[in-house]
Amino acid sequence: MRWLRRNLVVIAGVLTLAFLILPNIVVLIFSFNRPKGRFNYAWQEFSTDAWKDPCGVADLCGSLSLSLQIAIWSTIGATVLGTMIAFALARYRFRARGAVSSLIFLPMAMPEVVMAASLLTLFLNMGAQLGFWTILIAHIMFCLSFVVTAVKARVLSMDPRLEEAAKDLYASPLQTFLRVTLPIAAPGIAAGALLAFALSFDDFIITNFNAGSTVTFPMYVWGSAQRGTPVQINVIGTAMFAVAVICVLAGMLIGNRRRKQAL
Amino acid sequence: MTTVTEAPPEPPAEAGKPAARRRPRGRFVPYWLLLPGILWLVVFFALPMLYQASTSVQTGSLTEGYEVTWHFATYWDAIGEYWPQFLRSVQYAGTATVLCLLLGYPLAYLIAFKAGRWRSLVLILVIAPFFTSFLIRTLAWKTILADGGPVVGALNTLHVLDVTSWLGMTEGDRVLATPLAVVCGLTYNFLPFMVLPLYTSLERIDPRLHEAAGDLYARPFTTFRKVTFRLSMPGVVSGTLLTFIPASGDYINSQLLGSTNEKMIGNVIQSQFLTVLDYPTAAALSFILMAAILLIVTFYIRRSGTEDLV
Repeated sequence: MRWLRRNLVVIAGVLTLAFLILPNIVVLIFSFNRPKGRFNYAWQEFSTDAWKDPCGVADLCGSLSLSLQIAIWSTIGATVLGTMIAFALARYRFRARGAVSSLIFLPMAMPEVVMAASLLTLFLNMGAQLGFWTILIAHIMFCLSFVVTAVKARVLSMDPRLEEAAKDLYASPLQTFLRVTLPIAAPGIAAGALLAFALSFDDFIITNFNAGSTVTFPMYVWGSAQRGTPVQINVIGTAMFAVAVICVLAGMLIGNRRRKQAL
Repeated sequence: MTTVTEAPPEPPAEAGKPAARRRPRGRFVPYWLLLPGILWLVVFFALPMLYQASTSVQTGSLTEGYEVTWHFATYWDAIGEYWPQFLRSVQYAGTATVLCLLLGYPLAYLIAFKAGRWRSLVLILVIAPFFTSFLIRTLAWKTILADGGPVVGALNTLHVLDVTSWLGMTEGDRVLATPLAVVCGLTYNFLPFMVLPLYTSLERIDPRLHEAAGDLYARPFTTFRKVTFRLSMPGVVSGTLLTFIPASGDYINSQLLGSTNEKMIGNVIQSQFLTVLDYPTAAALSFILMAAILLIVTFYIRRSGTEDLV
């Protein structure tokens, strides 16, 4: 009983963790299911069919590659624009600073459905053709603020004396930027880019409003929830999960080794 | 000033050029840095809001076109017709936020103080679910909460469903297609947004403060209430905001896990915009939601006294 009381926090925390992980386990298990009927919600029998043929359902892999393309381009766009804003905010004093900060903050404090609906009004008023480009514009818009926040935090925590030292050693401003500033800011930029990629790849609400008849991967999943869910969805979900976890673990291992070497 | 190229933060100047001559050009650097990004946000974020405001006071029809007639009655009609969905959104999002805080706090505490060398692993496990598309994970809850499944069976045996029925969250032996399922989905989907800011603020707390409280004869719970929780307030505030705001506009959980009786305001805006094509009503609803959120957020931030969130 005393043990229980002392470890109450740990038990509660582990239970919450289980609550967070449970759906991923279900997705994994049901990627080996052979469902009866169109929906993959009830367990029938073990099968590896879906793993052998992940693109076996029409349009699934097309939507996946479209989502990847959009995610890559919006990551590049948002990271470049966001990093520039972050440097301006962290390094310079200028007029309208407050207004700029609010403009960065507001998209993060707005329900997605509001941004989605208002952007659609703009596109409809301009008579824009909904599709790849409108999705890309929308994704860069909502990823931008997150990149700014991530990069700004990193730049603000940088020691300005490092750059001064570089200048004292006769580095030109460009050299200082490329050799000193950029490498130090890189983890922040990388974090912002990763965040932008994840946000863009997984976005549904804003995309659904502004995609027209174009179908991204989340929109495919949404549609399949109405028409019937192929097992291949679970395969792709599990594969994404595995790839990401492996990447993160590998990154951590490399980071640890570097830290050990540096000591 | 004629070329709009994306200049690096400090324009390359030839070595040896006196700093004094570089100054006037340097003055515009922040503006050039800001220009493309801010322009993007103005055109694709701020301008659409104005368009939406103007659409909400237009009248007309899809075939004959719309024009601005300052028809504010749209707002009253929209509130009159859809106030139950508004109320429901606030209720569901509020409940999910409270649940996220109750579930997320122990986990954040565990990562910050108890995990030791497992810390990075637990953090990865918190973030990892993000890597599987959230729609797929939300669909998995359909399997977990299926009628007659083990989870529903266990909840029944433990009489949890009796309590939730009494609260009006479930009906009979079902969880799917009830408010409980929607709240569960919302809680699940936004829990990491609560855990991460909580963890960040807990991690900053100096553990010696706990020892000091203990030395001053504070019981563990008193230490938690008077030291730990107080110091984690910034995390609590940003966590609750990061949960409540997206949850209140969400329509995915109510669509996938609820029935027609659990429609939230997001569902209404979505169907008005994409199916019914009644743009003025949809714009008005979306505007009301935005105003309500901004009001709540401003009030909440003022009350909690943490204005340096961003």
